Amino acid sequence: MIVEQMMNKNVLTFLPSNTIKEAITLLRENKIRHIPIVNEQGKVVGVVTDRDIKEATPSNLTDGQNHELLETPLEEIMTKNPVIGHPLDFVEEVATIFYDQQIGCLPIISGGKLVGIVTETDLLYKYIELTGAHQPGSQIEVRVPNKAGILFEVSKVFHDHHANVLSVLVYPDLQHESNKILVFRVHTMNPLEIIEDIRKEGFDVLWPNMPGMTT
Amino acid sequence: MAKHAGNDNIKKHAVYVYSEDQLGYKFSDTHPFNQKRLTLTTDLLRKMNALSDGDIVPPRIATDEELYLAHDARYIDMVKKASKGLVTASQTESFGIGTDDTPIFPNMHEASARLVGGTLTAVEYVMENKASHALNLGGGLHHGFRGRASGFCVYNDSSVAIKYIQDKYNARVLYIDTDAHHGDGVQWSFYEDPNVCTISIHETGRYLFPGTGNVSERGSGQGYGTSFNLPIDAFTEDDSFLELYTTAFREIAAFFKPDVIISQNGADAHYFDPLTHLYGTMKIYKEIPKLAHQLAHEFCDGKWIAVGGGGYDIWRVVPRAWSLLWMEMNDMELPQDSLPSEWLEQWEKESPVPLIPTWMDPDNLYEAIPRKAEITEKNKQVLDKALYSIRNN
Repeated sequence: MIVEQMMNKNVLTFLPSNTIKEAITLLRENKIRHIPIVNEQGKVVGVVTDRDIKEATPSNLTDGQNHELLETPLEEIMTKNPVIGHPLDFVEEVATIFYDQQIGCLPIISGGKLVGIVTETDLLYKYIELTGAHQPGSQIEVRVPNKAGILFEVSKVFHDHHANVLSVLVYPDLQHESNKILVFRVHTMNPLEIIEDIRKEGFDVLWPNMPGMTT
Repeated sequence: MAKHAGNDNIKKHAVYVYSEDQLGYKFSDTHPFNQKRLTLTTDLLRKMNALSDGDIVPPRIATDEELYLAHDARYIDMVKKASKGLVTASQTESFGIGTDDTPIFPNMHEASARLVGGTLTAVEYVMENKASHALNLGGGLHHGFRGRASGFCVYNDSSVAIKYIQDKYNARVLYIDTDAHHGDGVQWSFYEDPNVCTISIHETGRYLFPGTGNVSERGSGQGYGTSFNLPIDAFTEDDSFLELYTTAFREIAAFFKPDVIISQNGADAHYFDPLTHLYGTMKIYKEIPKLAHQLAHEFCDGKWIAVGGGGYDIWRVVPRAWSLLWMEMNDMELPQDSLPSEWLEQWEKESPVPLIPTWMDPDNLYEAIPRKAEITEKNKQVLDKALYSIRNN
């Protein structure tokens, strides 16, 4: 998947001359945490986050409001030259950037203009979608030998049962390096026959063992 | 146990919506959803002298207009066509029918509309003060979506019934779902509606369909705070189940103040159930209806509609569980000892497993669960999270 397919295209932006006070209102009213700062030409020159604002304003435990401080232009507190992304970037690649750079949002730039934004939260939700967990289904985990062609052998069972697979994840078995764990989400309420047939093929279906079912 | 004779002018205590036509909702001989449960339960109640002809009312068939309350016209048309064999499975698959879970069978539309009609019949008896309580064991198909069948459910009788109650009687509905699977179809139908409150207690999605029903699903927009989910761990036993059910149901009823309670009584949280991994025994099926009954009197002038639901051990679990529900509904003293020997003799020949001859399960039904304390602790945390929003108001 590429960024263009998941980015938020309705981005709320401010000019460098907008104030902290305005930013506080915008964040609060729209329940957002990041504001790209764009100059008159539409070029992204910075990012202001809710954390930048917290750092720049006095604690709400101190008395009174410092009105002068709230009128500070955003260009004084923004992160300049932020890390940016492109609509054609791979989502996997972008996830790595978030992790490595420890950032919370990525402005997406094309033709020198801001065209979208991706946040940590968007990315996390996209990964939830990739696991298929938002659709009704049953989860089946299978321990298999780590060699070529195994996925085909297991998925053949789903084919035989005419079962619609919502997602497949493959991850290493931490206990046995010679194995892998396959996690399937299948669109069925009754996975018993599928589980039985995967076992018949000689694979290990992980916990739980069905009560009352011989294995 | 004597109740009013079949005189419609006198308000009945409770009605039992049933006819043999309800057995027409049948996917195949090997499908786990098997309405023979209804025959077994009805026969058990009759042999207990707990059910008489005067208690039984036949279900009606829901009209298309009624189905439109909770389903898309395109979907209903497709079910009708499939019902008559006019379309192939490849054409219907995107509607969730013609799959392994919900195969097409002859007269599928009529059979499904009759299960909905049964719940509407139950609603009419209660909302028009012809009975205090009503039971439709043929209903409880909580997975049905607006435009798609799911998890053995074609039409969603509870969703249609709740809309019908809102339109016709303008009442606030509390829906409580104790099926081991998340009551997703009903939840999503009313996710944005502040006048319908849904509660579902179910096994977590870790190993069980449908995978939704997290504590964080609380409703949205106007309806935020009126959806409650209690996902409990696999291997949860009676006491932890009942702690969550009792506390949540009581506190939520007091918070929401419903006009009527609809309870979905899936009987698949039992240790014997082949599809799920919860470790309930008959004890929960004795307690679940007791509290629903009590709260209906406390908050709703007795108005309580109960429907069936899942339940895939149709021999050892469902008939006993659902009989206890009907007996509770009728204020009968719940039996403790043996099942009627005539019933056991009649069905033991057909049953593939030895029947349980007593109302409660024998002790030591299963081996002790090693991580019981942790499971109980985790479930308790789920309870506190689920009720957080109403405890801090």
